[in-house]
Amino acid sequence: MNTSFLQEARLKRQIWLDMLFRGMTRLSAFGVLALLVAILGSLIIGSMPAINAFGFNFLTSAQWDPVTDEYGALVPIIGTLVTSAIALVIAIPVSFGIAIFLTELSPRVLRRPLGIAVELLAGIPSIIYGMWGLFVFAPLFADHVEPWLNDHIGVLPYIGPFFSGPPMGIGILTAGIILAIMVIPFIASVMRDVFEVVPALLKESAYGLGATTWEVVWKVVLPYTRIGVVGGIMLGLGRALGETMAVTFVIGNAHELSESLLMPGNSISSALANEFTEAVGELYTSALIELGLILFFITFVVLSLARFMLYKLGQREGQST
Amino acid sequence: MNSKLKQLIISITAATAMTFTVASHATDITGAGATFPYPIYAKWAEAYKAQSGTNMNYQSIGSGGGIKQITAKTVDFGASDMPLKPEDLEKNGLMQFPTVIGGVVPVINVNGIASGQLKLDGKTLANIYLGKITKWNDPAIAALNSGLSLPDTAITVVHRSDGSGTSFIFTNYLSKASADWKATVGEGTAVSWKAGTGGKGNEGVASYVQRIKGSIGYVEYAYALQNKMNSVQLKNRDGQFVVANEDSFKAAAAGAQWDKAPGFYEILTDEPGKATWPISGATFILVHKSQEKPESGAAVLKFFDWAYTKGGKLASDLDYVPLPDSVTKLIRDAWKKQVKDSKGAALWK
Repeated sequence: MNTSFLQEARLKRQIWLDMLFRGMTRLSAFGVLALLVAILGSLIIGSMPAINAFGFNFLTSAQWDPVTDEYGALVPIIGTLVTSAIALVIAIPVSFGIAIFLTELSPRVLRRPLGIAVELLAGIPSIIYGMWGLFVFAPLFADHVEPWLNDHIGVLPYIGPFFSGPPMGIGILTAGIILAIMVIPFIASVMRDVFEVVPALLKESAYGLGATTWEVVWKVVLPYTRIGVVGGIMLGLGRALGETMAVTFVIGNAHELSESLLMPGNSISSALANEFTEAVGELYTSALIELGLILFFITFVVLSLARFMLYKLGQREGQST
Repeated sequence: MNSKLKQLIISITAATAMTFTVASHATDITGAGATFPYPIYAKWAEAYKAQSGTNMNYQSIGSGGGIKQITAKTVDFGASDMPLKPEDLEKNGLMQFPTVIGGVVPVINVNGIASGQLKLDGKTLANIYLGKITKWNDPAIAALNSGLSLPDTAITVVHRSDGSGTSFIFTNYLSKASADWKATVGEGTAVSWKAGTGGKGNEGVASYVQRIKGSIGYVEYAYALQNKMNSVQLKNRDGQFVVANEDSFKAAAAGAQWDKAPGFYEILTDEPGKATWPISGATFILVHKSQEKPESGAAVLKFFDWAYTKGGKLASDLDYVPLPDSVTKLIRDAWKKQVKDSKGAALWK
């Protein structure tokens, strides 16, 4: 009788503890959600003056004039999208190469050191990339690469205008390349991890049927891992879109629309980093906050698209390709 | 009668209590704002703490931030490179006063041209920054520099990418020198630049100019000096070509009529005088006229009083120009008249 009473008391306490635990986890989970909504809300409230003043023109105007209080976000939006696109164009094939080499081709002794080197690259603070970009990469780029681009690609029809301009070493293209270097470790390490989980059985069957390494990668490894690969790319894109310090150093920070990738431009995050501290006046501050809201929106859309793609890929899973 | 006596007693007690507190337990003061004077404020704070025991915390978050913080009363004083207009001061119940003077210097990186060789005037400088003059051997530049061989290279304009008091002084000068500039760009801590690329901070502009051949930029004098950059001579209002140095900044300060400027709203660009450097400017402190915390208010004034009397040497060491005594006297008079505690008694005696 006594023992059962004790047991009951213990049980009661356990139930109570269980509820407390559940409550706490729930609080944490919903806390994040509440924080997200709060941030979004404060961004919207903060950008109301700019939204009221400019409306949709804000998205299409390239004007950014703090003296006359006229603001348009076209230049930073394009800068953000173009630098991220350049970064992905460079980073995807390179990361793919790194991952394939590390999982399929590299001698065993090299795998660990190379893998660790790639991961270390991911741990370098972005300001270091910015300084390295400005002091080391940009001068080399200006002296050796950009003149060549001007002379050889700049004269071609259609794509020529994108690659002609004064060789300054800083600009949209430089920012894109620095971003590529920064996102490569993220994409490469995710790709490597997912390539590693491809069952050896599948690969060896393919090899056994006489497939080349390329065919194995293209027809077995990639289809098996595409969800992870897309996830890794999106992770890299997310970083590229929001990267601030490194871009600020090398993008040139000019609110000018130029078709040449060698010319200075601006990205949303670098415009914020540059101008927020000294922004005087309600409209100026508010325009900057609206820029932040737009970046939030772009990132949100990109992540949703990634989710959607993963969902679609998941649906096709198991069907014949 | 009785209440008046009461008030008197209270204010006397408050005053003695205040002096007592300041003497025994020093009040910490906090300030925030402009980045340009940060090195000297930090130096002053260090020296002042050694003497008086008072801690002065200064956060160089930028002039815009400084103005916001002092308006919100989160700091004891704000600092701005751009003086607030008298009506803005009035609106927020603030008073402002200058602390030190500095100059903005155009710097260039052109093959074959040494520091101080190139001569420019305001109009030409404005046209370069408007993107109208694009080559170093442009006739307009050549006309000012007979005897100097100018290369046929493109000019790359470098400006500040962040909002800055330096940009304000620079664009203010260009607005005075060129009607065209005034109409198309105007003046401000951040403007809509018509040409070139932007560097973040003085150091950003300095490194861009040092790196890009054929570039021109503008930085604070101290940066030009410390980075050994090639500066140019400018034609001042009296038609003389002058180089930037402490003397030419002093000449600019001497020409200014602070006593006639309400709220010390005085921008030292394009000032008269034969030896005057045309792009000079003071940096300013903002305090509330009516102090809710009279102790810290008085401590702020004491700090700057000390800086005016004892801090000149430290300022010169860091390539700032201290204010002339005639101006600091005007400032102390203004403190007496304008800065009060909540009961209306002057904090500065």
